[in-house]
Amino acid sequence: MDTMKTIDASFAEPEQPERSPVLSSSAMGILIFIVTELMFFASLISAYLIISAVAEAWPPEGQPRLPVLASALNSLVLFASGFVLFRGYRSFISEGHSERSIKLVRLCLWLGTVFVAVQGFEWVRLLSYGLTMTSSQYGAFFYLIIGTHAIHAIGALIGIWCLLSKLRSGVLKQSSFQAVLFFWYFVVGIWPVLYVLVYLS
Amino acid sequence: MAEVTHVDGAHDAHHEHHKPSFWSKYVFSTDHKMIALQYMFTGMAMALIGGYFAYVFRMQLAFPGASIPFFGTLSPAAYNSLVTNHGTIMIFWVAMPVLIAAMGNFLIPLMIGCDDMVFPRVNRLSYQIFLLSAIILIISFFVPGGGFGGAWTAYPPLSAKAEFNATPFGAPMWLIAVTLEIVAFLLGGINFITTVMNARAKGMRMYDIPIIVWMIVIASILFMCSVGPLIAGAVMLLFDQTLGTGFFDGTAGGDPVLWQHLFWFFGHPEVYVVLLPAMGIVGEITCTFARKKLFAYKLILYSTIGLGILSFFVWAHHQFISGVDPRAAYLFTTTTLLISIPVAIVLFAYIATLYGGSIRFTTAMLFALAFTGEFLLGGVTGIWLGSSGVDVYLHDTYFVLAHFHYTFVPIAIIATFAAVYYWYPKMFGRKMNETWGKIHFWGTIVSFNGIFIPLFILGAGGQHRRIYNFQHYPDLAGADMQDMRVFATLSLIVMLAFQVIFIVNFFVSLKRGEKVGNNPWKANTLEWVATSPAPHGNFGATMPEVYRGPYEFSVEGREEDYWPQNEKPSES
Repeated sequence: MDTMKTIDASFAEPEQPERSPVLSSSAMGILIFIVTELMFFASLISAYLIISAVAEAWPPEGQPRLPVLASALNSLVLFASGFVLFRGYRSFISEGHSERSIKLVRLCLWLGTVFVAVQGFEWVRLLSYGLTMTSSQYGAFFYLIIGTHAIHAIGALIGIWCLLSKLRSGVLKQSSFQAVLFFWYFVVGIWPVLYVLVYLS
Repeated sequence: MAEVTHVDGAHDAHHEHHKPSFWSKYVFSTDHKMIALQYMFTGMAMALIGGYFAYVFRMQLAFPGASIPFFGTLSPAAYNSLVTNHGTIMIFWVAMPVLIAAMGNFLIPLMIGCDDMVFPRVNRLSYQIFLLSAIILIISFFVPGGGFGGAWTAYPPLSAKAEFNATPFGAPMWLIAVTLEIVAFLLGGINFITTVMNARAKGMRMYDIPIIVWMIVIASILFMCSVGPLIAGAVMLLFDQTLGTGFFDGTAGGDPVLWQHLFWFFGHPEVYVVLLPAMGIVGEITCTFARKKLFAYKLILYSTIGLGILSFFVWAHHQFISGVDPRAAYLFTTTTLLISIPVAIVLFAYIATLYGGSIRFTTAMLFALAFTGEFLLGGVTGIWLGSSGVDVYLHDTYFVLAHFHYTFVPIAIIATFAAVYYWYPKMFGRKMNETWGKIHFWGTIVSFNGIFIPLFILGAGGQHRRIYNFQHYPDLAGADMQDMRVFATLSLIVMLAFQVIFIVNFFVSLKRGEKVGNNPWKANTLEWVATSPAPHGNFGATMPEVYRGPYEFSVEGREEDYWPQNEKPSES
């Protein structure tokens, strides 16, 4: 921040503060929010680890097993969407509101939606097999943690959808794109941690 | 941001043509000063409710079973509800909105010399969510079963099942209100940190930022990093209450102590979240009225950062009797005793600032000095409670209660009064009456000590918290103990009565207070550059530029004993 003040700064133009922030306000705001979110997920995970560590058997007897393989494939869809949005951001920086940027963001939106939809489909199946929030601690924590992630994914997808409509009408600011990108990175990045802890336990 | 300034300037010109309606000016405003006032007035209104609750349950303790004036007889369930909501209101709906939200919103843009927060609409949303949470809490007092009565810490299993707490609607509403309130401050905190990082006036370097702005930013960072566990715990507890899950139910494989960890991981940093703005207020005021440079500015800043980091490693000192391993308790005793060092450094730096200064005993200064003294008492008694061995005896007694009131009353009441008396001219363009201010000060301070010194003695004598009627316990029913309870209650009534003076002074001064210029206290920081009261956009067409630190008082070779941050250095 020291760069803002040079020793022989011209005193002639006081009302034009030159600000060259390291990060735009939107990006910084979303990063601070992500720190809070990380602590939120860390709390859910530590609660899960404590309860599962003292349980007699984990996963408990008589509870349906989670779809490990299907979810692993689904994870790849989520990772792909993260990479596509990254490509979209690069393309937006170099080309602006180009056809290619729009296509990449739209693809990311579709991939993300597929991920959430497949998750929802699995939930319906698990519910029909008898895994509910009240059936066991296992079920409760599964729906709590994975559900929290799904809500974040849906929120982020709404953000990407807004991004896309702004991109189409040519009024998108780079800082907004960056903020949504960071949040989508968070949703994508926290998923493998949750997958390993919850599905592979 | 330069563009934003111009846009706001255009807004101003626009506003001159047709005045903003009452609603857009006072209710749906995005102006940081108006949002600050909204937070402040809501906080003050909630403080009246919290004070009234304290009056009712203190009357019950002093005169058990008697009909209480302005209330009637108090049932045990209502007693629990009042105690719980007194604590909740005073921390979440008084200390937080007034110290962090009102002071942060009002002071940050003015002190760092920008026109508004970087996210003004997020700021407005923050207040609206906060107001909603307050309304939900107030409604919860009137639902069937009454308000939640499981103490403000809401330990399960009492809080988790309606069959235990007997408040099927009050408990979830309490939880939802607290969570919404937390979300409101989340939005506010993001705004504060980002604004200070990205929107400072030209020339304002890291060490030119006033200490209160630093303290509010550090407090916001603490809040951001600690609030996740509370929200997680609240969601889980809400599921336990409404869906019948068993996260905190030992019989269903859950763990009730888990809630205590999640709650106190937030709960202890939270103490510093409200303490830091209060210490910042006191620092600013001490400096201005001692007419001296703040002693050891950088040391204070570094101590505060150290304090913030340490505050994440002390939470289990609230749980020494919850079955925490004695070895872990030893660890948390050590960190708890360590954290008193940075707090002491800051307080000593304030005392050193006074040394050799030419002190002016305005009302604001009296409150600031009282904070330093009274908070010291709260801090020192904390050393006993932080030691796990002593805490086993004192846990859940009135000693603990008196200890945290000796920290929280200086924070939420005394420092807030100091801030109101000090910044009132900037908020409304007039001064509050100093004579009545001093009467209010002495009445408040003397009666405050009258309430809590007897409670220290009672607590050391073994008086347990959360008891509805001490006459049922022969060990606690002695006449000498009861006399002290009556004395504490009478002191509380005196303290509440003196607040009437403040309220009258506040509202009369709005119309009749002495009109003052931009800088009535001859202070250096940028908020005193703006006109009083500051207009929308704060500084008009010319944004201030910063040339020096915020505390250049009594500099040798200058005619004036102060040197505003924005004054250009002379050419010679």
